[in-house]
Amino acid sequence: MLYRESGQFKTSYRADQAIFPIRQDRIAIMALLAVVFILVPIVADEYWLGSILTPLLVLSLAAIGLNILTGYAGQLSLGTAGFMAVGAFAAYNLNLRVPELPLIVDFLLAGVFAALVGMVFGLPSLRIKGFYLAVATLAAQFFIEWVFTHVGWFTNYSSSGVISAPPMVIMGVTVDSAVEKYLLTLVMVAVLALAAKNMVRSRIGRSWMAVRDKDVSAEVIGIPLLATKLSAFGISSFYCGVAGALWTYCYLGTVEPAAFDLSRSFQVLFMIIIGGVGSILGSFLGAGFIVLLPILLNNIAAMIGHGTLQADTMANLEHIIFGGLIIFFLIVEPHGLARLWQIAKEKLRLWPFPY
Amino acid sequence: MNFFFEVLFGGLLSGIMYSLVALGFVLIYKASGVFNFAQGSMVLFAALTFVGILELGVPFWPALLLCLLVMMLLAVGIERIVLRPLVNQPPIALFMATIGLSYLLEGLGQGIWGTQVRALDLGIEDLPNEMIQEALGIQVSTFDLFSAGCAAVLVGGLALFFNKTRVGLALRAVADDHQAALAVGIPLQHVWAIVWAAAGLVALVAGLLWGSRLGVQFSLSLVALKALPVLILGGFTSVAGAIVGGLIIGASEKLAEVYISTFTGGAVAAIENWFPYMLALLFLLVRPQGLFGEKIIERV
Amino acid sequence: MKKSVFASLALGVGLIAGASVPAPAVAQAMEQFMPIPIYRTGPYAAGGTGYFGGFMDYMALINERDGGVNGVKLTWEECETAYDNARGVECYERLKGKGPTGAAMFHPLSTGITYSTFEKGAADKIPVVSLGYGRGDAMVGSVFPYLFPLVTTYWSQNTSKIKFIGMKEGGMDKLKGKKIVNVYHDSAYGKETIDILNKQAATYGFEIKHFPVAHPGLDQKAIWLQIKQIAPDWVILRGWGVMNPTAIKEAARIGFSREKMLGVWWSGSEEDMRPAGTAAKGFIAAGFNPPGKDFQVIKDIEKAVHAKKKGNIESDRVGTVYYNRGVVTGILSLEAIRIAQEKFGKKPLTGEQIQWGLEHLNLTPARIKALGAEGLVQPIKTSCTDHEGGGAVKFSQWDGNQWKIVSDWIEADKGLVRPLAEESAMKYAKEKGITPRDCSKEM
Repeated sequence: MLYRESGQFKTSYRADQAIFPIRQDRIAIMALLAVVFILVPIVADEYWLGSILTPLLVLSLAAIGLNILTGYAGQLSLGTAGFMAVGAFAAYNLNLRVPELPLIVDFLLAGVFAALVGMVFGLPSLRIKGFYLAVATLAAQFFIEWVFTHVGWFTNYSSSGVISAPPMVIMGVTVDSAVEKYLLTLVMVAVLALAAKNMVRSRIGRSWMAVRDKDVSAEVIGIPLLATKLSAFGISSFYCGVAGALWTYCYLGTVEPAAFDLSRSFQVLFMIIIGGVGSILGSFLGAGFIVLLPILLNNIAAMIGHGTLQADTMANLEHIIFGGLIIFFLIVEPHGLARLWQIAKEKLRLWPFPY
Repeated sequence: MNFFFEVLFGGLLSGIMYSLVALGFVLIYKASGVFNFAQGSMVLFAALTFVGILELGVPFWPALLLCLLVMMLLAVGIERIVLRPLVNQPPIALFMATIGLSYLLEGLGQGIWGTQVRALDLGIEDLPNEMIQEALGIQVSTFDLFSAGCAAVLVGGLALFFNKTRVGLALRAVADDHQAALAVGIPLQHVWAIVWAAAGLVALVAGLLWGSRLGVQFSLSLVALKALPVLILGGFTSVAGAIVGGLIIGASEKLAEVYISTFTGGAVAAIENWFPYMLALLFLLVRPQGLFGEKIIERV
Repeated sequence: MKKSVFASLALGVGLIAGASVPAPAVAQAMEQFMPIPIYRTGPYAAGGTGYFGGFMDYMALINERDGGVNGVKLTWEECETAYDNARGVECYERLKGKGPTGAAMFHPLSTGITYSTFEKGAADKIPVVSLGYGRGDAMVGSVFPYLFPLVTTYWSQNTSKIKFIGMKEGGMDKLKGKKIVNVYHDSAYGKETIDILNKQAATYGFEIKHFPVAHPGLDQKAIWLQIKQIAPDWVILRGWGVMNPTAIKEAARIGFSREKMLGVWWSGSEEDMRPAGTAAKGFIAAGFNPPGKDFQVIKDIEKAVHAKKKGNIESDRVGTVYYNRGVVTGILSLEAIRIAQEKFGKKPLTGEQIQWGLEHLNLTPARIKALGAEGLVQPIKTSCTDHEGGGAVKFSQWDGNQWKIVSDWIEADKGLVRPLAEESAMKYAKEKGITPRDCSKEM
């Protein structure tokens, strides 16, 4: 009853194309932003801010990146963590070698470097498709990991190959508490998510989707394949790169290249699968699911289990439940949590009189 | 020169070991168009089950049979629970289901049989074969030769199965188009169960051979990563491609590791993780469907 | 719109997670909390379960036999890290505030998680104890006040290994012209000793060659064929997990004597040897804790804990390398708590107070005997400047079924390690803008 759009007339194309055409949505998003920007920092403790919400936001950003590439442009990639690593190491080196640059610029430039690397590894996508391409992106993943492990310059010749984020200073303010790091991450993620949402609704997003649905047809109607695919790789990697920089600076603080290993790539892939392929909202939902579920299961395990065998069983049960839920979700709703949300919204519009 | 040949042979035989894992992927892709991410976990699961049954005191051959039976049951279960509800979904949904499956199998295998590292001794020495050493002057492990033999038998069997039997024909029809296959009366469910059972058999063989080399432990599931470049080089749909791809990848990766690291004075080393992928990638640029893959014809 | 579901999801999970954590009640007042960031799944599960199994069993023993440390009972909670840095950080944050006084200390049991948590530890005043792993330069207490690589670091043990080789060759002067190969896991952990080996090679005149093994190290033919070409006198193995048995098997194939292979302590457990079968016979590994059940404290655990079915691990794994390492960790950790209690009172202590205890550890032979750990633990004395304390390792050899100790405690070459550690620590301090403590004022 509350969620009904009747009576909201659109009198201009502008209004019709608004990002949130329904008034209730606009109110909801404002309320949500108020909650995450104001209420959450006040209410949540350091544990929630620092080790749940911050990584969740960072991974959501990486998931948006992958979703642009896989969900919108249809190019399956397993190299996400590699591009995150490029961003992390680029930000570190920019900060170290060009200390004059403000940190935010470092982060964005880190994204640009990741975008360039992403475009290089995106070149084969012109020839290779589907799972062949997915496996080919593994080349990027392993190669990038190897480069950062073996080229000492990137880690400033640290004997163990580990980089450590220096203290963050943004416009004279030192960002070091969990709240500050959370807010910094949140601002970056919110801005970039909004940009992504607009991008996928614009010309470039539509050309991605055309290529995804059938690239031959897209070419026939005049969409340049080369530019479209490479832009998808570039922008996707930009997001991943910024996510990698944030992962290092706002979350872990100290990372080795192995922090961006293949399992991280898969983690992000799972996020978009569970959340919804081709949905910005889904990226957040998926990240929430993949980050929170194991922690939740582990908490339950800690609550129930002491003693060897039980604890062992619980640890494995976590895997079983996790895997089982992925399958369950696919069977129930192959389009992910985002689709479930959409269905709920449809239902809500009719509620309480569905007929 | 002897050294070169030793590296070459060593590489070729390593490649066969990769092929063994790649075969499982090929089987399922060929028959259902699914990129089975869980193949590595199936290898782990098979090896864990086998060792677990051995530990219960069952002798070798009955244990092998029992384990095969378990893998078949697993295949039927997967078809029932995972694949059947997903008929006619896009390949990516099926791919994702196999990701879930791989978690499930890892948890299940280790939950039942424990996370302990176990030894598996097939009774074949992993030492240089003396006959070959005398005859050719190079060191080749008896175990590697045995693995190559196993691979040959498997490939022969699978090739016959695919090309000469009705089931094989049905498999290929299903892979092409689920709906069309259903329409002409091919029992999709049976076909899938059969092919997953066959993949289970391949996983068991790979699990035994790799397991006796590495020990039966979680890392066994990572052998899948060694198989992926083989897969794209050889083509997803070709059994022969898996073997030839394995040989090429194995040999070139060993030669590259040895010679590139020697030429660069050790600066470029430990490249075995990415080199095969790069090689396969370069190759794909020339032939996007892999060495023996079916040419993809696109219609608009 | 976008994030509302995520928010409510987070909230929902928060409620459940919150509900699952019982609020510290008054009755818990005499308890000291110990976080257990274990890994029971994944490729390194054997290490995680063995090590923390021993650690928890030792705490259970103290609770059962002595009623805790001076009457303060020990409590602990597991958190599964799956050997993933991100989850390790989450575990650290989740567990650091538990118990009446917060976490006593944090044992990451992973070099990566050590790197990701030790700065947080310094900020939260919770000691991070990286017993035999983590940063090589962490022994410099003035720069790393809350990081404790107790007993020995990778750098120290490496010099012990070279000493051992020297002993076997009949004197350090005999090392001249010898060829040593370092096969290492291609990661932060593996690379940690390259510099120090190079330095030692220059000092003693041996030839050193480094071979990285790409993770996870399933197939190492190319490397071992090259090693065969070099025909080294010794091979040092810095492996982890599945890389170890594979390396040993490959060594057997090229006919390299396993008696000339020296493993780090992460290459020297039963779990590393068994998969290699007969090929492992003769392999030597360094360890700061000898395996076996022949120690009073282990016998006590069997009697007081496992006989009552209160063990935290399968009973047949008691006395293994990982297990005993966990027991040693338990002994040192609780000893630090006991020492801190002498200063701050016999009550649950904060991380800051326990840091004092860790910095004033003094395990004399008499004390070790009283603890029933003769031969299991080496004498250790820490200070503000020295967070390592011991530095000696024992070598044991695999006889095909079990480890046999083949050396006494072999001291590290501290004269070499210390300046290197200080140099590296100062570089870190400079990068981070840390002013080192003045240890002369803190006695």
